Amino acid sequence: MAEKCACSIGRASRGKDERTSGRFILAAAAALVVWFALYRQLEPLSRLVAFDLFGLEPESRAGMAVQFFLYDTPKILMLLTLVVYAVGVVRTFFTPERTRALLAGRREAAGNVMAALLGIVTPFCSCSAVPLFIGFVTAGVPLGVTFSFLISAPMVNEIALVLLFGLVGWKVALLYLTTGLGVAVLAGWVIGRLKLERHIEEWVREMRTAAEAGEAERLTWPDRFAAAAEAVRDIVGRVWIYVVAGIAVGGAIHGYVPENFMAALMGKSAWWSVPAAVALGVPMYANAAGIVPIVQALLEKGAALGTVLAFMMSVIALSLPEMMILRKVLRPALIGVFALVVACGILLVGYLFNAVI
Amino acid sequence: MEIKICGPGCASCEKAERIVREAVAEAGVEAEVKKVTDFADMARLGVLSTPAVVIGGETKCVGRVPKKEEVLEWLK
Repeated sequence: MAEKCACSIGRASRGKDERTSGRFILAAAAALVVWFALYRQLEPLSRLVAFDLFGLEPESRAGMAVQFFLYDTPKILMLLTLVVYAVGVVRTFFTPERTRALLAGRREAAGNVMAALLGIVTPFCSCSAVPLFIGFVTAGVPLGVTFSFLISAPMVNEIALVLLFGLVGWKVALLYLTTGLGVAVLAGWVIGRLKLERHIEEWVREMRTAAEAGEAERLTWPDRFAAAAEAVRDIVGRVWIYVVAGIAVGGAIHGYVPENFMAALMGKSAWWSVPAAVALGVPMYANAAGIVPIVQALLEKGAALGTVLAFMMSVIALSLPEMMILRKVLRPALIGVFALVVACGILLVGYLFNAVI
Repeated sequence: MEIKICGPGCASCEKAERIVREAVAEAGVEAEVKKVTDFADMARLGVLSTPAVVIGGETKCVGRVPKKEEVLEWLK
């Protein structure tokens, strides 16, 4: 229908699109300036409220805990909003269909790296793990490459990175990003080497779906901004409560738990703490939003970085509910191998950081 | 007209179903709204991510909850 009069309508609507895009970019720039101005006032504001308004002593435990909570909560929520919005715009350029087309027939190694990277930017809801798995494997994406994607997508995500950046610092956030990708690449590659295709359920192997890219929806910039705003509403609306609860617990630990309390239990000298942290993480099914504030508090009280990172990765990447969902398409042996290989990768990360740092 | 909504039953899938049903009622069209929860059926429809809306064999949207105005447009 639109094709018939494409020249006139196309040009007119493009002109309009450019104008609205221009306005969107101006509004975005203005919002960014306001964001920064506000962000820089959070620290003094939290002090004002905690020490002057509530009259708490800056050196007292209650004072420290309250000020920490009043500063970190808005800080993290603001960071989260900004990053989820930016990532939301980036994600409109990727779809699972496009990612599949990029990965189909790709060789291993390079394919594993690409899959892990695409796992970060491809929009993906964990309840889609099974249809996505079927779609990938039947379209000729190697099994190991599919796993690299499935491991990286939940583990290396913007929520975990923002929280680590905001609460622990950029170095740890960067370490988490690179080692998380490393585990996804390595574990996927190992699974691919083990030739476990026969442990995929029969009916999946018999199914054939085409790897066509599908009709990509044509998006304008206003569409992309709208999708990003929707992502903010959805994600921030869903996780804020965990962030607040996590920071409250973190604040309490910050103020009340003595320094070095965790050193004996989760410190470097306790070699068994890394596997214990991984084992403890599997049945725990928390999202990144709730776990990072606790991670920060543990680090502060003397827990070793490797142990804490291993715990966090295990909580996020190895979850019993996800394995139960995957059971629909994978035989238990393959699920077992998957869990074992990922766990080994995480252990490696844990020991590596405890040894180096 | 047959409308299929693919989704294992998470919050966004239910929201997608609700919006489609509302749109159908609003448009006053004869349509059978079916929920597809079986992963094999989804894969056969070529759906990679949920929620997805398939109208008369044509995939209208994947991996997101559609807006009611969009659904009304598809129903025309």
